Amino acid sequence: MGSEHGEIDVGIKVDEERCNRCGTAEEPMCVRDCPGDLMFIKDNDKAAITDNADCWDCAACVKVCPTQAITMQLPTSLVVRGVTLRGRGLRHKTTWTLRLRDGEVREYETPSTGKAPFTPNL
Amino acid sequence: MTSEVVEHNCDLLIIGGGAAGCVAAVEARERAPELDVLLLEKAHIYRSGCLAAGISALNAYLHPGETPESFLRYVVRETHGIVRDDLTLTMAAELNEQVRKVGSWGLPIPRDELGRPLKRGRASIKIFGERIKPIVAKRAEASGARILNRVNVTGLAVCEGRVVGAYGFGVRDGRFHVVRARRTLVCTGGASGLYRPSNPGGAAHRMWYSPFNTGAGLAMGIRAGAEMTSFEFRFIPLRIKDAIAPTGEIAQWLGARQINARGERYLEKYYQHLGGQRMTTQDRLHATLMEHRAGRGPCYLDLRGVEPRRLEDTVRAYLSMAPSSAMIMSDEAYYARAGGEMAPIEITGGEPHVVGGHGLSGYWVDAQRRTTLPGLWAAGDVVGGVPKKYASGAWAEAVIAVRDMIDAHHADISVGELELAEQCRAERARVFAPRAHRNGVPAIEMEERLQKVMDEYAGGISQQYGYSEGGLKLAKLHLSRLEHEQGALMADDVHSLLLCHDVIDRITVAQQLVAHMDHRKETRWRCYQERLDHPLRDDARWHVFVNSVRHPDGRIEMRERQVERAQVQVVLPPLSDGAVVRRRRNDASETNGQ
Ligand SMILES: Cc1cc2nc3c(=O)[nH]c(=O)nc-3n(C[C@H](O)[C@H](O)[C@H](O)COP(=O)(O)OP(=O)(O)OC[C@H]3O[C@@H](n4cnc5c(N)ncnc54)[C@H](O)[C@@H]3O)c2cc1C
Ligand code: SF4
Ligand code: SF4
Repeated sequence: MGSEHGEIDVGIKVDEERCNRCGTAEEPMCVRDCPGDLMFIKDNDKAAITDNADCWDCAACVKVCPTQAITMQLPTSLVVRGVTLRGRGLRHKTTWTLRLRDGEVREYETPSTGKAPFTPNL
Repeated sequence: MTSEVVEHNCDLLIIGGGAAGCVAAVEARERAPELDVLLLEKAHIYRSGCLAAGISALNAYLHPGETPESFLRYVVRETHGIVRDDLTLTMAAELNEQVRKVGSWGLPIPRDELGRPLKRGRASIKIFGERIKPIVAKRAEASGARILNRVNVTGLAVCEGRVVGAYGFGVRDGRFHVVRARRTLVCTGGASGLYRPSNPGGAAHRMWYSPFNTGAGLAMGIRAGAEMTSFEFRFIPLRIKDAIAPTGEIAQWLGARQINARGERYLEKYYQHLGGQRMTTQDRLHATLMEHRAGRGPCYLDLRGVEPRRLEDTVRAYLSMAPSSAMIMSDEAYYARAGGEMAPIEITGGEPHVVGGHGLSGYWVDAQRRTTLPGLWAAGDVVGGVPKKYASGAWAEAVIAVRDMIDAHHADISVGELELAEQCRAERARVFAPRAHRNGVPAIEMEERLQKVMDEYAGGISQQYGYSEGGLKLAKLHLSRLEHEQGALMADDVHSLLLCHDVIDRITVAQQLVAHMDHRKETRWRCYQERLDHPLRDDARWHVFVNSVRHPDGRIEMRERQVERAQVQVVLPPLSDGAVVRRRRNDASETNGQ
């Protein structure tokens, strides 16, 4: 189910090879967490987005996916093709993989819960 | 279509489980464990609302040396005098305690050597807030409040003029929920999507304010006859072009200056009369538009000369609040660096929103956050008259409201069964009407029409935010047609039903907004409220709040309310001619200022 606006690769995309419907979880994580209730499970038991045009790009689904199956790609109408983001929420931090337009990959980490790292001149 | 009906009773109902709603649930259960607290949320509280992506700062905080009074002075300057002193002082007095509390729940707050939160701006502290929403939501879950996710609330239950609960429907199962509550708190956030957004088509929802906050809580109050205030003070973010992020992160944190296409620091060079680098938020936007008209646009934030390490920190901060901005910035930065230095980042104005956490628009409430409808309280972005409260201010308002709700008289909710049964039937018919249509109008079409009308006639982006009487008249006409055509909305599943109600609520809010814009015949807040046919500020006539009440027949009655000043010395921002107005504030109010 793509977007009505005909963009196939952009927005939120689920890699069906990786998605396992969150294993035994009662409710798949991405389906639970989307603030716009946009994620659903298709007949083949894989997650998908109802309409990418409704997406806020908040990345809540991206971070919560336990298999890192979800990629966020900015719409081509905003930037050049090929800039993508993946993330993984761990216990006290979130790790991010940002792929730039020519394929260079950059990794980031952001603290998420607990004591803040000591960063006086951040 | 017939839908199953689910009934609930509770002591305290919270509508909307965002920043304010989650903290309200915790406060209620901690202070009064005997109370049965029910929270209704249209999505899931873990990531719902404005905080979905996270935030990287708390923008309402009292640094050492600041007081509620000094905070008030700062806000009064920003709003050119129209502000509720009582609301601002009560909110400000509560801020630091709320920040401390959420910090103790696990929100990482970086501190300096003395253990004080790191200062980011005048009233702003740095946080690592990627997970701020799940942190407060899990606390709400653990509080013992009953949390009902995925119920979209559509209307208030009103009996003999008193709010006694609410109605809604399940966004997955289409069940109809009827709630009877002794006291109700509305905290559903502001309204986005009223105007044609910055980005087209497939990127339409990449807007600044959450596209899922559709003004439902405002619309249900309007329909029930609650008094609203200052809708005409819209909020328009100055933001990084194409991304959802406002510019504050770079401007405040990296100290990046605004430059025009010639590389000039235009705020200082051309707009000293508006305060230069210290001008109000709306004037920064105004100045940016003026540069464009003067042929010196587009404008940028100057990142040349910023150390790469600090830039990487900024990318990280954006990942924690507006991931798409991190993508744009990192991509641009990387490719610019090939040529030697970081490229400036283009900035532009976004679409206007009705949001009381940044601007002035929302419910008219008293110092305890009681709305004008007995039995109904409000907190956060739905509350008007007290801008610049942001997330920490929403928490503050939530606890202020809840404390009063606990103390308030226990309403008898068994009365008026007949009136309620009739109301319940009518609301149910209204809610499910779009499900009955086969060849109607899909929600998206009506949304685009609404946004076109507002954009073109009521000061949207294409009009560079200005508007005048003739256009507003047309806006009113088109909105009343849209309201009439609402009856033709069509939903082939429950998710589309949700989208139908989103647009219905937006139309209701837009009608109220246009009535406000029409009433205030001066220009007080450039861009936010800019009448091309009344271009000057007129303190003698318009130093008042503009309020409104919608009557059952659809007529919108406008009211004016005096600005009551607490005993605080304020300096108003300069008028356009550069004159500084000094005013001694009188009328002591009873608000606390510890
Ligand atoms: C992009 C962006 C960045 C921001 N950055 C910062 C920042 O850095 N620092 C800061 O302090 N503040 C920031 N803010 C402001 C802050 O997020 C808000 O002021 C705050 O979240 C307001 O709290 P609230 O509870 O009123 O609204 P929200 O937190 O948005 O909560 C509203 C809730 O109501 C629910 N809801 C809506 N309609 C219905 C309905 N009909 N039925 C049931 N539930 C409903 C929503 O799903 C949501 O959960 C930012 C806001 C935005 C949009
Ligand atoms: S990015 Fe946010 S809005 Fe978009 S599908 Fe994921 S969770 Fe939903
Ligand atoms: S969270 Fe990931 S694994 Fe789970 S259903 Fe969604 S895409 Fe599949």
